[in-house]
Amino acid sequence: MAVTGLVFIGYVLLHMYGNLKVFAGQDAFDEYAHHLRTFGEPMLPYGGLLWVVRAVLLLSIIGHAYAAFTLWARANKARTQKYAVKKAVAATLSSKMMRWGGVTLLLFVIFHLLHFTTRTINVNGDKDSPYDRVVSSFQPEMWWVAVIYLLAMCALAMHLRHGVWSACQTLGLTNTAKSRARANSAGVFLAVVIAGGFALVPLSILFGIVD
Amino acid sequence: MKITLNIWRQPNPTSNGAMQKYDLDGVSEDMSFLEMLDLLNENLNEQGEDPVAFDSDCREGICGTCSLMINGVAHGPEVTTTCQLHMRSFKDGDTITVEPWRADPFPVLKDLIVDRSAFDRIIQSGGYISVNTGSAPEANNLPVEKAKADRAFDMATCIGCGACVAACPNGSASLFLGAKITHLGELPQGQPERDIRVVDMVAQHDHEGFGGCTNIGECSAACPKEIPLDVISQLNKDLRTAMMHGH
Repeated sequence: MAVTGLVFIGYVLLHMYGNLKVFAGQDAFDEYAHHLRTFGEPMLPYGGLLWVVRAVLLLSIIGHAYAAFTLWARANKARTQKYAVKKAVAATLSSKMMRWGGVTLLLFVIFHLLHFTTRTINVNGDKDSPYDRVVSSFQPEMWWVAVIYLLAMCALAMHLRHGVWSACQTLGLTNTAKSRARANSAGVFLAVVIAGGFALVPLSILFGIVD
Repeated sequence: MKITLNIWRQPNPTSNGAMQKYDLDGVSEDMSFLEMLDLLNENLNEQGEDPVAFDSDCREGICGTCSLMINGVAHGPEVTTTCQLHMRSFKDGDTITVEPWRADPFPVLKDLIVDRSAFDRIIQSGGYISVNTGSAPEANNLPVEKAKADRAFDMATCIGCGACVAACPNGSASLFLGAKITHLGELPQGQPERDIRVVDMVAQHDHEGFGGCTNIGECSAACPKEIPLDVISQLNKDLRTAMMHGH
């Protein structure tokens, strides 16, 4: 759970860096997208690096989901008779949302791949330039697309907020009160930076800062 | 004080239980929670009804025998054991829901009493140190750093009451496991069996049917001895080290 989660954190940081190229203009963004495919040539074939990344991500999601569903099943089996009254004293909202939030994120990733990778879902005309595809997708008249992405970023922020802390615990890195506080802060920091960084793009397009 | 109690009644391990309502008058705020239940049982005895079965022993917060989920919180609203909880923590006219620890590895024996033998089996699987018999060794032969002695002592305050399991949304006993493993792992006497201890205790924990930890933190908040969450990190670290040593 923790190791595969760290793979995703590394990936979303790089993905966010790429997205923010939208602020550098159409040429920079499109060139970056092209570069991702020619990266490593001629050692790697065209798009080779992307396929390596996709394979790693696919294995990670399988491992992550398998571990999550195993924990979920064990929890249900460990308490078949529920409490009539049960109060949460210390649980954060993020920690309570991990399971359904994770399922939500998985559904979002499928939507996102159908939208921008396979281009099966076409919200506002198919464009050849990746930059044009992004900008046309988040136009104010297509506001619901931005809403889906922004809600997904809220889910991602919450998943990261608990996930980062929980991964530190699982990896045995938080053996003192101070390191526990640091792991919690790291969770909040990464949640704000990553989800905020991603959200900047649809928000900027929605409000006409990027066109 | 006059209070209303919703109490889980279950005559034996195999029958279905149900919540039952009792009105109780004449409760003093100086009574402990268990004394309040004693008062209820005196009334039930007088009426010829079966008294409510619950666990208690020392009634001074050190033995770990008392339990009870009180209004959805293990050991009730104060950070202490149920026997050290007093009725002054409640108000006149309150309705109090009292349930047993809910976890399949802790089967209900009767009413509010659960069988916590699973914890004993976890301890038997590795929560010990092996020493030669004979006369007691000279205490100063084995120096222990102050910081380690303090941490070991703090973790040794775990009384094995099971509140961590009761409070955990996953029904995990990781805080209990972590407290025992950290306690023995900090001391020189605990080193020879350190790797095998964590491996065997975790295996026994999973075998008993406790859930897996997802670091939510309800356990530590419910713990009457305030065992911190870092024992779970220590448990994971020791398990990782043991696996790297080939266990």
